[in-house]
Amino acid sequence: MKGKNFSNLGQPMIETRFAIPGDLPNVIDLDSQITTIKKIDYWQDTFGRFVGKKGRYFLVAENRNGGETQIPLVGFIVGEIRAWEFGSQPCGWVLTILVKPEYQGRGIGEQLFEAICKSMKDDGVQTVRTMVAREDNLNMSFFRSQGMMAGPFIELEMSVD
Amino acid sequence: MRLQKSTQFGLYAVLELARNPERQLSVLDIANLYGISSHHLAKVLRDLGRAGLVDAVRGAGGGYTFSGNARRTTLMDIINIFEDIGSDETVGRVQGGYEGVQPALQLVLGEIDDIAKATFGSITIETLLKTMGWRKK
Repeated sequence: MKGKNFSNLGQPMIETRFAIPGDLPNVIDLDSQITTIKKIDYWQDTFGRFVGKKGRYFLVAENRNGGETQIPLVGFIVGEIRAWEFGSQPCGWVLTILVKPEYQGRGIGEQLFEAICKSMKDDGVQTVRTMVAREDNLNMSFFRSQGMMAGPFIELEMSVD
Repeated sequence: MRLQKSTQFGLYAVLELARNPERQLSVLDIANLYGISSHHLAKVLRDLGRAGLVDAVRGAGGGYTFSGNARRTTLMDIINIFEDIGSDETVGRVQGGYEGVQPALQLVLGEIDDIAKATFGSITIETLLKTMGWRKK
């Protein structure tokens, strides 16, 4: 399958692959472990729109060395190719990345990010973007460490109350 | 935005030492490399030493080595040793004038400062060295 990648990271043996419908419950559980909100409808909708769809990417990372009692899913990344909004050429967007806390700092986020960038590049884009909250130092540092820098756009907003 | 001279010297010194943590460099070595004042740099290195980012090796052949954690130390951590960006009102107070001009300008400058702080706070020494392809393999 496209996007397959094996590597040894000390004990865990991490595989990244494209998500399949059967991953949905584990994605919901992993997300709710971290965000403390169980977003069943949201993830059902996201799976419907992203899994197996052209120009859309939902990759998961699994630990193949976690034993039979452990759910292998340890992270995932979601993105898509968007074109022409805001006057932009076709460009890959990373929408979400999430790694199980006990697996963070072990290169799994990097592996997922590299896998999605490769898939997007294979599909013809030359630029990958994301958006990070200013105070979200963890994700901002992660994307910076992957070589991302401020792009040519600035996000603006206002209250309409 | 412009960083103070001490901050710039601190960044040069930390990055130069961190790119090869086993290497010792004297104040003069770094000053000559960057064409900066060795007197000023000596003071900056003492401040970096107090912050735990460099170790002084005394005696003949002595110098400084990087002793911080390159994966955890951000550019903001170094900047904070020497200056406090965006902490004060950056638009000077004036007597009179149209009410609201000064706060509006302050708001814009605050927005720029917030972006600068988020940027400096998200770039670690390791990330910057990696970006530059500088880190000793």
